[in-house]
Amino acid sequence: MQKLNDIEDINKEKYDFVTKIKPAYQTGKGIDRELIEEISRVKKEPEWMKNIRLKALEVFLSKPIPKWGPDISEINFDEITYYIKPEDRKANDWNEVPDEIKNTFEKLGVPEMERKYLAGSVAQLESEGVYSKIKKQWADKGVVFMDMDSALQQYPEIIKEHFGKIVPPSDNKFAALNTAVWSGGSFLYIPKGVKMELPVQAYFRMNGEMEGQFERTLIIAEEGASVHYIEGCTAPTYSKYSLHAAVVEVYAKKDSKVRYTSVQNWSDNIINLPTKRAWVEENAKMEWVQGSLGSKITMTYPSSILRGEWASTSNLNVALATGNVWKDNGAKVVHAAPNTSSKVVAKSISGQGGMSVYRGLLRINKGAYNSKASVQCDALILDDHSKSNTYPHNEILDESASFSHEASVGKISEEQVNYLMSRGIREEDARSLIVLGFLDDVLKEIPLEYSLEFNKLIKLEMSKMGAVG
Amino acid sequence: MAENYLDIKNLNVEINGKEILKDVSIRVKSGEIHALMGPNGTGKSTLAHSVMGNPKYKIKGGEIILNGKKMNDLQIHERAREGIFLAFQEPVSVQGLRFINYLRTAYTSLHPQEKLEYKKFLDEVKELLNFFGLDNSFIDRGLNDGLSGGEKKRMEALQMLILKPKFIILDEIDSGLDVDALRIVSKAIQKAKENGAGIIIITHYQRILDYIKPDFVHVLIDGKIAESGNGELAKIIEERGYEYYKGEINAKIE
Ligand SMILES: Nc1ncnc2c1ncn2[C@@H]1O[C@H](COP(=O)(O)OP(=O)(O)OP(=O)(O)O)[C@@H](O)[C@H]1O
Ligand SMILES: [Mg+2]
Repeated sequence: MQKLNDIEDINKEKYDFVTKIKPAYQTGKGIDRELIEEISRVKKEPEWMKNIRLKALEVFLSKPIPKWGPDISEINFDEITYYIKPEDRKANDWNEVPDEIKNTFEKLGVPEMERKYLAGSVAQLESEGVYSKIKKQWADKGVVFMDMDSALQQYPEIIKEHFGKIVPPSDNKFAALNTAVWSGGSFLYIPKGVKMELPVQAYFRMNGEMEGQFERTLIIAEEGASVHYIEGCTAPTYSKYSLHAAVVEVYAKKDSKVRYTSVQNWSDNIINLPTKRAWVEENAKMEWVQGSLGSKITMTYPSSILRGEWASTSNLNVALATGNVWKDNGAKVVHAAPNTSSKVVAKSISGQGGMSVYRGLLRINKGAYNSKASVQCDALILDDHSKSNTYPHNEILDESASFSHEASVGKISEEQVNYLMSRGIREEDARSLIVLGFLDDVLKEIPLEYSLEFNKLIKLEMSKMGAVG
Repeated sequence: MAENYLDIKNLNVEINGKEILKDVSIRVKSGEIHALMGPNGTGKSTLAHSVMGNPKYKIKGGEIILNGKKMNDLQIHERAREGIFLAFQEPVSVQGLRFINYLRTAYTSLHPQEKLEYKKFLDEVKELLNFFGLDNSFIDRGLNDGLSGGEKKRMEALQMLILKPKFIILDEIDSGLDVDALRIVSKAIQKAKENGAGIIIITHYQRILDYIKPDFVHVLIDGKIAESGNGELAKIIEERGYEYYKGEINAKIE
């Protein structure tokens, strides 16, 4: 029987190792027109993509760094390496992946997860996908799952039609940056009516410091299709920062169902600024499940634009902000059609000086009649040094809409701790159980491998706090 | 089970600087049932929490000894591991902490030397739920979350049985129970006694003591044991009320 206090194997150290490889190619530091042209040339891209990149560069340069939220002024765009290609080959079989890289993903448990429960898997190191695989059963049904660069070579028409439409470069500075220098990411296409019972997973690994990872993900679920996409992210710890700025665009077409689960456990030098958005058409369902364990700063507000009647979305979010960390998490929902519904549940934990923020935008457009929306944000603050804030912004423009907003901020009650201790449970374990209970309604939606990760991490944080207090 | 004893000796307890318990002594042996009675606010729950080790209750004098080992400086969970169990007057709830996960953690914490077979454990829990008239849905519910007063008390009694403590303090386990539930919980207490536990029942009512005959009855008035006697004392108290003691104490003071 595993005991709660067995915390040997729960360190973030599991992820804290560097892959020793000499990159096959890498650009110099800093960003300008030449860099964009170089990336596009190395990737042998079509001309139109290069033009999209160059336009996005203009937008990026013209936009100031956001002044609201956490302080990200330390990012120096001249110091970052934007493109690192670890390896020339892209494999579809782990045996063809060079040993050092294969070992990396083995340590992270990626091939094992693939064997156990995935329909497909993409693995990215630094700027490029190094491995991708979709099991035959699904490939035969027309499902495509591969790294985005390969997809651009193999399905240029589909990419051209969908790229940058949901998240245009003008959306924000980091979406523009991503569009200019994007590399890697995953492309997932599920044909009409295909329901994937098993999830697919993309795993993003960063390896250095003062570098950027700018993956670009495009998911297209055709009419009646359903899929669960899982994303995992880790990196080794460095004293200097690295930047992760992804863009994710999801097309959930009529009657489709897409679940996007993201569990990031970035090391605490990573500044994580992804832009994720879905267009949800008639009677389609978009589910965002976000577990935010790591990083130094995260700003992420997955969005759903409910464009068709009866479209629905849910956004379940758990954020852990312990230590010198700022988690700025939230959700954005626009009800743009009648009878649409949305549900946002955000839970956060702050401790040891951590800051967690819920920032949300909910809009029910005029004419989106009979739409329903609910927002619930609960914060648990573990000590007096830590903080939590909520900035909900609600625009309910249709009178027939029903909308509810609930927010709570709490602490662990000593009565609860005493009660659990009276049943033989040590104080720090009691605190872990209470915290995990607080997170339960979101954690139970996260795949087991990752929710166990949460369990372990919470226990580790509690044991640290026990040592301090 | 070898004979155990829990010795509460001349206990003086303060809460927020206010003296609540004054020289309280009770000695409980395994298999014995003690009833602790007394008016509201005299310190019965204070005694229970002090024995369990809640740090809010400051022990200013006296000792709590279990089988020769002093408990005073042990933390709550350590006392639990020595075999002390408290069924709370007002059990707290923990949202999202599934009962079975909690109970399993508690069990393995209390009995680390045993290898717990989950399936068997679960069956046992189900059987007990059934015994207490609760359905299986309670297994996965949040700990005490949304439970009615009577359901909480039954869950406390269930834990008393499954966690196999040596000494049990039941703080008004009978309050909020309907007649049938009272009978069932009384049976559970009887079982615990037969398993060799020593038990202190804190109660305001003779009702529960009709089912479980106490070997001793203690009357706590203003933080002091005003009288100790055998099972008959409970009935006498019910007839004459606590005013009797007030008079006596006042007489003494004068
Ligand atoms: N946390 C606290 N802060 C201040 N006073 C307290 C606290 N807890 C208990 N007391 C006081 O200590 C005294 C004894 O309380 P206790 O709960 O032990 O009484 P009791 O005998 O169990 O009463 P009841 O029969 O109503 O349950 C009361 O006067 C109560 O107000
Ligand atoms: Mg009481």
